[in-house]
Amino acid sequence: MTCGGIRPDGFKRAVPLKRAVAWTTAILASASGAAWANPEPGQLNMTRGVTEWSPTPYMLNNVVLGVCTVIGILVFGAMFIAMFRFRKSRGAVAEKWAHNTKVEIVWTTVPVLILIVLAYMGTGGLRSFADTTGSQMTVKVTGYQWKWRYDYVDYKGKAIDKVGFMSKLDSRSDETRQLNSGLDPNAVKASDGYNTYLIDVDHPLVVPVDTKIRFVITAGDVIHSWWVPQLGWKMDAIPGIVNSAWTNIREPGTYRGQCAELCGQDHGFMPIVVKALPKAEFEKWLADQQAKAAPPAPAAASTAQAPKTAQIAPAPSHQG
Amino acid sequence: MAHAATHDHHDDHHGAPKNFFTRWCMSTNHKDIGTLYLVFSLTMLFIGGSFAMVIRAELFKPGMQLVQPYFFNEMTTMHALVMIFGAIMPAFVGLGNWMIPLMIGAPDMALPRMNNLSFWILPFAFTLLLSTLFLPGGGPAGGWTMYPPLSLQGDSVAYVVFAVHLMGISSIMGAINIIATILNMRAPGMDLLKMPVFVWSWLITAFLLIAVMPVLAGAVTMLLTDKYFGTSFFNAAGGGDPVLFQHIFWFFGHPEVYIMILPAFGIISEIIPTFARKPIFGYKAMVFAIASIAFLSFIVWAHHMFAVGLPLGAEIFFMYATMLIAVPTGIKVFNWVSTMWGGSMTFETPMLFAIAFVILFTIGGFSGLMLALVPADFQYHDTYFVVAHFHYVLVTGALFAIIAASYYWLPKWTGRMYSETWGKIHFWNSVIWVNVLFFPQHFLGLAGMPRRIPDYNVAFANFNMISSIGGFLFGASQLIFLGVIVHAVWFSKKKATDRVWEGAKGLEWTVPSPAPFHTFDVPPVIHDEDLAHGHVDH
Ligand code: HEM
Ligand SMILES: [Cu+2]
Ligand SMILES: [Cu+2]
Repeated sequence: MTCGGIRPDGFKRAVPLKRAVAWTTAILASASGAAWANPEPGQLNMTRGVTEWSPTPYMLNNVVLGVCTVIGILVFGAMFIAMFRFRKSRGAVAEKWAHNTKVEIVWTTVPVLILIVLAYMGTGGLRSFADTTGSQMTVKVTGYQWKWRYDYVDYKGKAIDKVGFMSKLDSRSDETRQLNSGLDPNAVKASDGYNTYLIDVDHPLVVPVDTKIRFVITAGDVIHSWWVPQLGWKMDAIPGIVNSAWTNIREPGTYRGQCAELCGQDHGFMPIVVKALPKAEFEKWLADQQAKAAPPAPAAASTAQAPKTAQIAPAPSHQG
Repeated sequence: MAHAATHDHHDDHHGAPKNFFTRWCMSTNHKDIGTLYLVFSLTMLFIGGSFAMVIRAELFKPGMQLVQPYFFNEMTTMHALVMIFGAIMPAFVGLGNWMIPLMIGAPDMALPRMNNLSFWILPFAFTLLLSTLFLPGGGPAGGWTMYPPLSLQGDSVAYVVFAVHLMGISSIMGAINIIATILNMRAPGMDLLKMPVFVWSWLITAFLLIAVMPVLAGAVTMLLTDKYFGTSFFNAAGGGDPVLFQHIFWFFGHPEVYIMILPAFGIISEIIPTFARKPIFGYKAMVFAIASIAFLSFIVWAHHMFAVGLPLGAEIFFMYATMLIAVPTGIKVFNWVSTMWGGSMTFETPMLFAIAFVILFTIGGFSGLMLALVPADFQYHDTYFVVAHFHYVLVTGALFAIIAASYYWLPKWTGRMYSETWGKIHFWNSVIWVNVLFFPQHFLGLAGMPRRIPDYNVAFANFNMISSIGGFLFGASQLIFLGVIVHAVWFSKKKATDRVWEGAKGLEWTVPSPAPFHTFDVPPVIHDEDLAHGHVDH
């Protein structure tokens, strides 16, 4: 399947047709439920995502949306019929009844039954989400005002030392987003033409596909929330608390998200980019990082300082 | 008939004071205080609305064009605080003040001086709150939810906390007054189960207010001491817990959202029977549904916190409890529709707003149900989908009900009819633009746009522009509302009859229009057929 990544490979846009094509794909994708790039101009529905778990919220969303649509059509339909049939201008005379036990029992129990079905589906999805056991890799995510830090903790049972880095808004987006910068957000594009304004970073989080990855998520200053829609969930990053969540990405690609909890003035400018690589490529990347991180002589640095290696900006001090 | 008892000849003895200051600032009259509340609320609606215009203007297209991100955050925070505490809540208190005594046959509120105090606190509270925008350091910018540690970074914490305390005191006094009035001042024969649904809804709301406003006061006080007195309630480094604040806040916050919708349910339950010329369907079920919603509202708070990392059991409990609220809410909607069924309907402006309420509030209820499903909420949470949800329930819900009530009772207040043509123009503009404004926000949220951001990727551009256009036009439409009110109060030539609406029932329609300064000095003699729910055998 080609459409795994944020930008399906074989997908080319003729410039003048850009809009039309984008809309058409959006509509087609929403009809077919395909895994599409996210976000897409004109996107109408939630993404199906690209992980083992991400279809859960997507399917639940579609089912409950369908249920609500049907109930809505029935209720609003009845209302519109009433509004046409029982108008004074058509000579309608008001009836006197104001009570009907039978229908009241029906419209109390039928919703209860529907809710039980929905609750059952929701509970199943939750249980699988809550189970972070059996993961083959751990990544620590730390939110700061206004960037993310990723530390690789272990992979396939082996502890990883000194691979960690800060990840912040890419410089093109950052220049463009300044007040009256005069720069055009439409011009901030990845090499394949996909617009990455405000959803690109200098150092993406690199992870392998087909691996159950456990994220431990926390924050250094205020509360943030780590969210990549195509992974299917968000999890708050809270100072002093370590949350955990897991993912298992099925398709290589680049997946983009944003901080989802108001965290101060640049809350809108701390995106998240996850690059999922085939396992072999990931292992090579990891080896490179470890090699880079092991400096020659004064490597006596204790493990306690591990997070202080790769390209770090110091954690910002608490802004009072 | 009740009319005779009130239409008394002492009007000049008891007329309103001539002196402006004495009349309005020293007032102990429920009608004047009701008017003060309503005027205050309308003012706040336009102030809060102007903040919304700034927000929608900045979000009109990608890129930052108008304001700095920090100011944008001040705008979102202030918009919410002003609309919730300044526009919606005082409007309901104003309506309650004006109408509850008239509806239950009482001469005034039970505690008239406290009534004066609870109103006059508000202008000071909001002066304090709004003044922060002009102070060095700026206004609060951490969201109306005030989550620490972020909210503690601001320089305006003390101002905001004190303003919230004042609003809370005002609300609690207002609630005490309403409970005391309803329980003690009903005219003989106005049994609890003969009261209008609006009065019932306010009685229940008042208990919610008394229960949760002190909780909010406690939460913000802890913020204050964390900021200035070295405590660590919410500071993890000092042994505290930032999530604790969220639990306390939402223990207040969820009942709070029902405080803003239960009186609206009451209003709609008055208006629909009047214009359908048919008694409300299932009166007792309506009252019971309001009571059960109020009860359930205390055990669902953590549905605002599904993404904080709650234990599995808690997520499941709060998901089920939240879904349960859909049952009584559904009953209310079905009953409104059944009230229309078999009626003899006309569509004056209050009825139009009431019908729009039923449809659009229900859409907000549907998205609420969607949000209650935890795995789906992992995606929806903190996106524009939530923004769309709460604006459907609050704007096309609470606000539309308040507007409907204003049109419905305006002739009783002023003694003149408003312009039906302009009322309808106001309605159609409001109902069209509000949907252009908020419906596309569902799509934005589903596509992944977080809330509370000042700028966004170009993929979100289309719907944001549509939403902003809807926002500007919805805002402009409210100027029509202002015009209709000004016209009805000072210029309209068309006198209102006492009953005003052909199908109107209830004691408030037995007094003259405009309602004289004092009504029911002598308790009315109640005839069940005057009441909307005179013979409750069901
Ligand atoms: C069927 C009834 C309802 C259900 C099931 C429901 C459910 C929810 C849920 C689960 C959330 C949290 C969403 C999130 O942050 O992820 C939410 C947010 C919200 N709801 Fe509702 N809701 C209902 C009715 C209402 C009503 C009647 C009101 C107010 C009149 C209301 C006002 C709000 C507000 C203001 C928020 C957002 C608060 C914030 O984060 O700033 N809801 N609702
Ligand atoms: Cu953040
Ligand atoms: Cu809630």
